[in-house]
Amino acid sequence: MELQAVLMAAGGGSRMPDLTYNTPKPMLPVGNKPLMWYPLNLLERVGFEEVIVITTKEVHKMMSTDPKMKDVKMKLDVVCIQEDGDMGTADALRHIQQKIKTDVLVVSCDLITDVALHEVVDLFRAHNATLAMLMSKAHEFTDTVPGQKGKKKTAEQRDFVGVDQSGKRLLFMANEADLEDGLSIRKSIMRKHPRMHIKTGLEDAHLYCLKKAVVDFLADNKSISSIRGELVPYLVRKQFSKTTNSPKIKDDAEDQNQKTIDELLISSRDEPLLQLAQERSCWNDHRGDMSEAYHGGKLRCYVHIIDQGLCYRVNTLAAYIEANRLAPKLFEEPAVHPSAVISERCQMGSDSIIGALCQVADKTSIKRSTIGNSTTVKEKVKVTNSIIMHGVTIEEGCNIQGCVICSNAVIGRGADLKYCLVGSGQQIEPEGEDQISFIHIMQCSNDKPVCFRIVRKHRLVSSY
Amino acid sequence: TKEEKQRLRKEKKHQKKIKEKKDDKEEKPVGAASQPPTQPSQKGDLAPAPAPVPVPASETPALADKPAKSKADLKAERRARQESERASKQGKKGDVGQPVPTSKPKAPPSELQPVVKRLPEHVQVDNPDVLKKLAKKLERQQIPLRSDYGYKVSLFSHLHQYSRKAPLTQQLGIPSTVIHPAIVRLGLQYSQGIVAGSNARSVALLHAFKQVIRDYTTPPNEELSRDLVNKLKPYISFLNQCRPLSASMGNAIKYIKKEISNIPSQCKEEEAKSKLLSCIECYINEKIILAAKAIAKYSIEKISDGDVILVYGCSSLVNHILCEAFEKKRKFRVIVVDSRPRLEGREALRRLVQRGISCTYVLISAVSYILPEVSKVFLGAHALLANGYVMSRVGTSQIALVAKAFNVPVLVCCETYKFCERVQTDSFVSNELDDPDELIVTRKGKTQLEHWQEVPSLGLLNLVYDVTPPDFVDLVITDLGMIPCTSVPVVLRVKNVDQ
Repeated sequence: MELQAVLMAAGGGSRMPDLTYNTPKPMLPVGNKPLMWYPLNLLERVGFEEVIVITTKEVHKMMSTDPKMKDVKMKLDVVCIQEDGDMGTADALRHIQQKIKTDVLVVSCDLITDVALHEVVDLFRAHNATLAMLMSKAHEFTDTVPGQKGKKKTAEQRDFVGVDQSGKRLLFMANEADLEDGLSIRKSIMRKHPRMHIKTGLEDAHLYCLKKAVVDFLADNKSISSIRGELVPYLVRKQFSKTTNSPKIKDDAEDQNQKTIDELLISSRDEPLLQLAQERSCWNDHRGDMSEAYHGGKLRCYVHIIDQGLCYRVNTLAAYIEANRLAPKLFEEPAVHPSAVISERCQMGSDSIIGALCQVADKTSIKRSTIGNSTTVKEKVKVTNSIIMHGVTIEEGCNIQGCVICSNAVIGRGADLKYCLVGSGQQIEPEGEDQISFIHIMQCSNDKPVCFRIVRKHRLVSSY
Repeated sequence: TKEEKQRLRKEKKHQKKIKEKKDDKEEKPVGAASQPPTQPSQKGDLAPAPAPVPVPASETPALADKPAKSKADLKAERRARQESERASKQGKKGDVGQPVPTSKPKAPPSELQPVVKRLPEHVQVDNPDVLKKLAKKLERQQIPLRSDYGYKVSLFSHLHQYSRKAPLTQQLGIPSTVIHPAIVRLGLQYSQGIVAGSNARSVALLHAFKQVIRDYTTPPNEELSRDLVNKLKPYISFLNQCRPLSASMGNAIKYIKKEISNIPSQCKEEEAKSKLLSCIECYINEKIILAAKAIAKYSIEKISDGDVILVYGCSSLVNHILCEAFEKKRKFRVIVVDSRPRLEGREALRRLVQRGISCTYVLISAVSYILPEVSKVFLGAHALLANGYVMSRVGTSQIALVAKAFNVPVLVCCETYKFCERVQTDSFVSNELDDPDELIVTRKGKTQLEHWQEVPSLGLLNLVYDVTPPDFVDLVITDLGMIPCTSVPVVLRVKNVDQ
C-alpha cells in the first residue's frame, strides 16, 4: 500500500464559537452536507478505499445518524479521542502510530477543495520527499459577515513562506508571531539556494503527505503536539541543519533512545542502490554550485501552491459563508432535494439550495441562500443571501437578509433580520405590530440571546 | 564478407565429413545432376542462409539408389528430401532478389530460414490498428493510456510524443493498488527526467524490482516462477508508457525474467525471493560496477599525458573514466561539449571540475572550432546495435563526423549489457521524441515560441537519440576489452552461447 489517509476531525472550531458551541465543527452543514463530507469525498474521488478518522465521540454519534455520511463508500476507521483534551494534531498521529504502516496523507476536516491531489502526491513520490503540503492563495472574503462591527479586523498573523526558484521546494516557514525583530534566514540556506521567493499571501490547506519515518519520529519526540504549528516548521528547518554523519556519536545528556529524523530516514534498505542510481543520473535540481542533487540532503520538504481553483479552509465565519455559496458548485446535484415540498408560487433563484423534507409555502422568495433539511418556511417570506440550517421554522412575513440561522431556531412572524447570526434553538419573538428594522443578536456561550443594539432606521432606540 | 565466406567453407567441410561417414556405410554415391547446379549457386550467393543447405541435398540422389533401407535410413532420406526442397526454394529466392544479410548468424543449418520480424509497436504510432491493440492491452492490464501531445513533425509521426506536464499519474488512483508504489515512483522519476542516463535508469529499475520482489507473495495454486513474471508485465507496460524503455533496461528485464522462470518449482518462496534478490545484486555488481572498473582500466592505457579529451553531454561512464584517470595522475584536460535543450554538459562539467580536472565548456555549434586542439574524443553510448552502429544522445554522430574530418580518434565506451540485437542505419526508424515544449525558452521576459501550436506550418522536434555509423568510430572500449565496432555481433553471439 502506498499511502494511508488520516482525517483530523477533532478540531474545535475555536474561531467561530457562535456556530460551533452547539454543533461540532466537522458536522456543520455546508451546502446541506456536513463539513467533513467534503474532504472524505475528495479522498474517495481520488481512489482511497480506507480512511482513518480521528474524532470525538459526539461527532462519531452524529456521523452515524447523518444520511449524507452513508453516501461515503470508503471504509472509515473511526478513532475517538477525548473532547476536552489538549490533543494537538501531532498528538493524535502519535496516538494512532500503531495503525500507520506506510506513508500518511493527513487531511483536515475543514478543507473544501477541488485541487488535483496527484500534484501534491507526485512531488512527494518523485523527489522521495519527507513532507509535501498544499497551499493556496489566500482569499479576500467580500461578503458582509453577520456579527462583525464595521470593517474587518487587522490581518491575522501572517505566514512567511520561502520557496526556491522552481516554486516547489519549501525552504523557509515562519509565522509572524514567532518572529520578534525581523525575519532572519540562515546562511546555510542562502548558500545552497541563493534565490528564494518569500510569499506572505498564502494560506495553508492543512493537507500533508508525511513519510512513515516522521510518524515514528513523533512517537519518540513527545514534545511536538501540532503538525502545523511545530512539526512542519521543525522539518523545514531541519533540511538545512548539519547532519550527524557518524552514528556512533550519541549525546549522553539527551535522548539515547530517541533517534533523530535523519537516522530514521537513512535507515531504509537498499540505500546504496538508490545512491548509485542518483550518482549515475545526469540530473540536478539546482545549478551554479558544486554540490550534487538536493545538496546531498536526505530531508526534503515540498509545497504545491495553487492559484486558481477552489481551496477553502472553513475555520472562520466569513469562510463558512463563502463556502456555503461556492461548495454546491463543486458537484452537480439538483438544487432542490426531491423530497422537499415547494409550492408553486415560490420564487426560487437558481443558486439556492433546498434541503430534504423542507416545506416552502406560497409567495416566498428565496435567493442565493441555503436552506437546510426539515425546515419550514411559511408564506410571504423573503430570504436573501442567507444560510439556514436544519430544523428551522420561519413564520410568515419574515424578511431575512444576509443571516446565518443555526439549527432548530424559530423566527417569529414578521421579523426583519439583517446580517444576523441566530444561534441554535433560539426564538425570535414575533414582531407583529412593532416596526423594528434592524436587530443584531450575538450569542455567547451561556445560551441566552444578548441583544447589543436595536436600531430603528439608523437611530439608536435602546440598547441592552 | 570474409567472415561469412570462411564460415561457409568450414560448414562445407563439416558436411563433407558427414557425407564421407555415411558413404562408408553405404555404396558410393552416383554423381547426380542436382549436384552441379546447386554448387555454383552456393558459391555465387552471399547469403549464408541458403548456402549450406544444398550440401546435404546432394546426398539425396546417392541415398535414393539403395534398394534395402533401414528405418534410420528412411528417416534420413525423408529429412534430406525436405531439406533439398527447402534449399531449392531458397536457391530461387536467393538468385532473384537481394538477400537480406541477417545480422545474427545462426549456427545449426536447419534454422537458417529468415525469421519474420514484426515491427515493434512503439514505432507504429500512426497506424490506428496498432494503437487500438495497444489500448486494449493496456486496458486489460488496468494501466491508463498516455495520450500524445502536440503536432508531430511528419517524418517522425510514427513515434510517441508526450508532454511532461501531463504525467501518467493523473489518471491513476492515488494509493495505487494496481501498480506497486515503487514502480509508480520510478515511472514518475523517468518521465520528469530525475533519473536519466542509461546506467542510472537500469539501476533504478532493478532497485524497484527488488522492492517488488520483496513485497510479493505467491497466491495459492500458483507457481512463483510463472506468476511473478505475469506480475511484472503490467509494470513494464506502465514504465514504457512513462518513458520508452532503453536497451539496457530491456536487457536487464530479459535477464530477470529468465532468472525468475529458471526457479525450480519445489523451491520455497523465501528461498526463491532471496535468490532473486542476490541475482539482481550480482547483475548490478558485474555488469555495471565491475564493468566500469574494467573499462576505466583499459581506457587509462589510452590516455596519455598532455592529452586534450573531448566529451559530449553527461555520460556516467566517461565521467567515471576521466575521474579514475585523474586519480592515477594522468595529466590531461577536458573539453565538454553541450547541446540544448537538455544541457547535460553542465552536470558533467560540475562533476569533473569538482575533482580538479581542468575543463573547457563549449556548445556543439563550436565543435569545429575547438577540434584542432583535441587529441581524442571519448563518447558514451546508450546502446550498441548489432550492425556496429552506436546509438547515443542526439549530437553524437555530429561530433563523430567532425572528429573524423579532423582525423581525431573517436573512442566509444560502452558496457556489454547495453549491446542490443537491433539493427538500425538511420535515426528515423526508432527514436524517442521528447516534450516539444522543452525547446521553448524565455529570454528577457519574452517567450517567442509560446504559441507555437497556433502556427499551422510550425512543428517542434525534440529528438533524443541518434545513430553513429561504425566508420566514424575507431575503437569501442568494453569490459571484454577494446574491440572494433564491427565485432559487436561476435560479442552478441558469444553472449548468447554463454547463456
